[in-house]
Amino acid sequence: MDRKVIQGLEGILGRTPVLHRPEDLLLYEYDGSVEKGRPGAVVFPTSTEQVALVVKLACQHNVPVIGRGAGTGLSGGALARTGGIMIVFSRMNRILELDIENQRAVVQPGVVNYELTRAVEHAGLYFAPDPSSQKSCTIGGNVSENAGGPHTLAYGVTSNHVTALEIVLPDGEIHRVGGKHGDTLGYDLTGLLVGSEGTLALVTEITVKLLRKPEDVNTLLAIFDRVDDASETVADLTARAITPTACEMMDGWTLRAVEDFIHAGFPRDSAAVLLIELEGLTEAVAAQTAAVDEICRAHHAREVRIARDQRERELLWKGRKNAFGALGRLAPCNYVIDGVIPRSKIPQALRRIKEIGEQYNFEIGNIFHAGDGNLHPIVLYDPRNAEQYQRAIAACTEIIRYCVEIGGALTGEHGVGMEKSELMPLLFSDADFDLMRRVHDAFNPDSALNPGKIFPLNKGCGEISPRGQAAVRVAPL
Amino acid sequence: MNVTGANLAVRLEAVVGAAQVDGERDSCEKYAVDGVVPGAIAKPSCAAEIVELVRFAKTEGLGVVPCGHRTKLGIGMPPARYDLAIDASGLNQIAYYDPGDLTLSVDAGMSLAQLDAVLRGQNQFLPLAVPFFEDCTVGGTIAAGADSALRFSYGSARDFLLGAEFVNGEGTFTKSGGRVVKNVTGYDLHKLLIGSLGTLAVITRLNFRTFPCAPGYGCMVAAFLSVDAVIRFQSMISKSPLAPSTFHILASEAAQSLATPNEEGDAATPEWFEPGAWHAFVGFEGTAEILARYSRDLTDYAEQSRAGKYVLVDETSAKFLRAGLPEMVRNFCESTPAATIFKISTLPVIPADILRLRAFAENRSIPCTFAANAAGPLYFVVQPATADEDTFIAITGIAGEVCQFAAAHGGQSSILYCPMELKRRLNVWGSAAKDSLLMRRVKTAFDPQNIFAPGRFVANI
Repeated sequence: MDRKVIQGLEGILGRTPVLHRPEDLLLYEYDGSVEKGRPGAVVFPTSTEQVALVVKLACQHNVPVIGRGAGTGLSGGALARTGGIMIVFSRMNRILELDIENQRAVVQPGVVNYELTRAVEHAGLYFAPDPSSQKSCTIGGNVSENAGGPHTLAYGVTSNHVTALEIVLPDGEIHRVGGKHGDTLGYDLTGLLVGSEGTLALVTEITVKLLRKPEDVNTLLAIFDRVDDASETVADLTARAITPTACEMMDGWTLRAVEDFIHAGFPRDSAAVLLIELEGLTEAVAAQTAAVDEICRAHHAREVRIARDQRERELLWKGRKNAFGALGRLAPCNYVIDGVIPRSKIPQALRRIKEIGEQYNFEIGNIFHAGDGNLHPIVLYDPRNAEQYQRAIAACTEIIRYCVEIGGALTGEHGVGMEKSELMPLLFSDADFDLMRRVHDAFNPDSALNPGKIFPLNKGCGEISPRGQAAVRVAPL
Repeated sequence: MNVTGANLAVRLEAVVGAAQVDGERDSCEKYAVDGVVPGAIAKPSCAAEIVELVRFAKTEGLGVVPCGHRTKLGIGMPPARYDLAIDASGLNQIAYYDPGDLTLSVDAGMSLAQLDAVLRGQNQFLPLAVPFFEDCTVGGTIAAGADSALRFSYGSARDFLLGAEFVNGEGTFTKSGGRVVKNVTGYDLHKLLIGSLGTLAVITRLNFRTFPCAPGYGCMVAAFLSVDAVIRFQSMISKSPLAPSTFHILASEAAQSLATPNEEGDAATPEWFEPGAWHAFVGFEGTAEILARYSRDLTDYAEQSRAGKYVLVDETSAKFLRAGLPEMVRNFCESTPAATIFKISTLPVIPADILRLRAFAENRSIPCTFAANAAGPLYFVVQPATADEDTFIAITGIAGEVCQFAAAHGGQSSILYCPMELKRRLNVWGSAAKDSLLMRRVKTAFDPQNIFAPGRFVANI
């Protein structure tokens, strides 16, 4: 990074919140994905005004700017694909307002997802989006990626819970969109910005809805000897219009790895389990529990366990939410796919994924949000083995292609980022890209913010390629 | 047929064929927006024809208003240019419906009531309980951002619209989102179409998540002598474990309009109506056990909040109210010649606010009433008996005060419906939105030559 830029950054923020030595930047070239991209400098502002000044400085020097929360993203969204200044929001981590009466909170982007729930649970409220990384990921990151989680089946993804944003545009101007109420005049810019992966604006303040905790909760673990039976159960639950608050599936290969690590009580000899949660009024939970139990057994569940108390519930969820970490014990790297498909097609999709695994000589595990058709097949590989790495990428690409073929989409909750940008033409035409590009340019005309994301490199914004370093990897189409 | 209309119609016939073009003056008047009459109407039968029409309009520099069954053309400001109405009601098929996945793809011109009938056949529904339900199209409902009575439990359209296909101002067929219930692939451009009043694109198809019908329905109507009491009742329920499907608060005048006539169409006043009282309508749904629980708890809350009267209506009446409450907006529109509906979005709404708003009207000796969907906006309705110069001056004064009131409370207000004469005196969108610069840029991205409904929207978009 140009010395003048570093001096400018230090002039705005002081020396400590500016990292620029290669050894300090190393950590920031990763996120939770398989991608890499090293920034030229990393800064830690504490206010919107500082963010605006940093962006203006970057604009003067024609340097890209990348926003980052906790770096837990799974698509390379918070990586510096073409170098530039990375703004890490971890010091903008204050809850600015709690409006318990109206069930709203105003937070800075660096607030950790679960910390918001902890701050309001005394009032019987919580923040609904609950990605597996909720104890470390930030709400700003959730907004950028439109993060989901197990309980989005009933409560929706991040965009369903955000009513207003404060944003900084590439020229350093600060804008506010939306409102506390949620109904605002004009176009739904909040809805557009949530999930735009930091390619339109930097988000510096977020107003979110808070939900009231349910009266009753039941967590069921349905155990199956055949994967097909578990996936048929999910399709049947959906067809019979039973909507649990969460419906997660884990196959036997995955749950054995998890059990070795977490000891959550998952049966090691089963082919698959469904983790199903039901919430609401006591009467509703009782009725739904009976219905779910009946459907599971009709599909040959060998056992349906109900967590007896909060401790058992938490243990089951600990197993689910730490599953990816558990798989890290088995191989140096894992590639988590995020395809989404119609729920009626889960059984056939799981069979096809198994075939693809055999074709590419991988055992592909499945742990996913079955209730909303959001698949997470996992391929374990060693990145030091170039042939294996390429084979893993090819297998994952084929799975995503298949998701699209059967009416699905590339990503349900992880975002497109760097990882899937080259696969976007599977879903979108040149005309679709053209309109997306024009909307992109309405906010970020020079691709100064988070360049090289969402758009395929040959269909995005022309100025991406000349700037900074070359792209790390382009998945084969 | 006027000359302009005749010329335009002839040229349009070359684009989509004579059978789909109408330039007759009488026909065009039916498509007027606030008195502005188009030169011709095109009735395409597919998206490809809309592409051709928009390209033609772009080349000719025509002003275009997309529409369906024209139930909500009175929303917004008169268009600055309006040459061509594109009536999309010929696109009226269900393109895809997977009841097992609870997802649907439907042409924008399909009647909402017809779609509802198909979904009910699978024991499912779309939670768009909106005004003009029997007459409107799906696309018009989304484009107008019509407020659903069911949003308290099912959310608004942005929560269950999964994707869309549309023709942008360049005359390019484009799509956004998909058909799956969870999807973060690309920008959510379809969310921008909600409430855009046809200023961004002609919507051709919409993808939705559908919902299962409940096994049973119930409703409590509780009457309160003061606004303080009814808001206390609402607050009590919002802090309870209950999650009603609908929650409406109606001032006495509004409740009276809903009470007459009753569901049988005769003149008998329903049991729930209490003259002069604020009425809370709490709808709920579920199995018999759940309905019983709601009945029990709501009775407790009504008594604790000192309801003057409360009635648990039977299922038939509950369904009648569920369908009737959204039509309150329509009733208000038709109540007096100069009826004006303000839509106010602030948090929270407290009793003092209601009294203050009421004073804006009563200080000018104009009758008024209120209706609120607890999850949505507050509708403040002024109902002057006359529609003369003095009346319009008075409503203009009220509008200024309402706008200031909303801004002072960190919210926003607009006029949903009013006589077109009033639109010559004021902008129904109030002062410019704080993010109008960004909105204009978005408009330009979709419609660079500003052909779609120019001037009809917020900030003169």
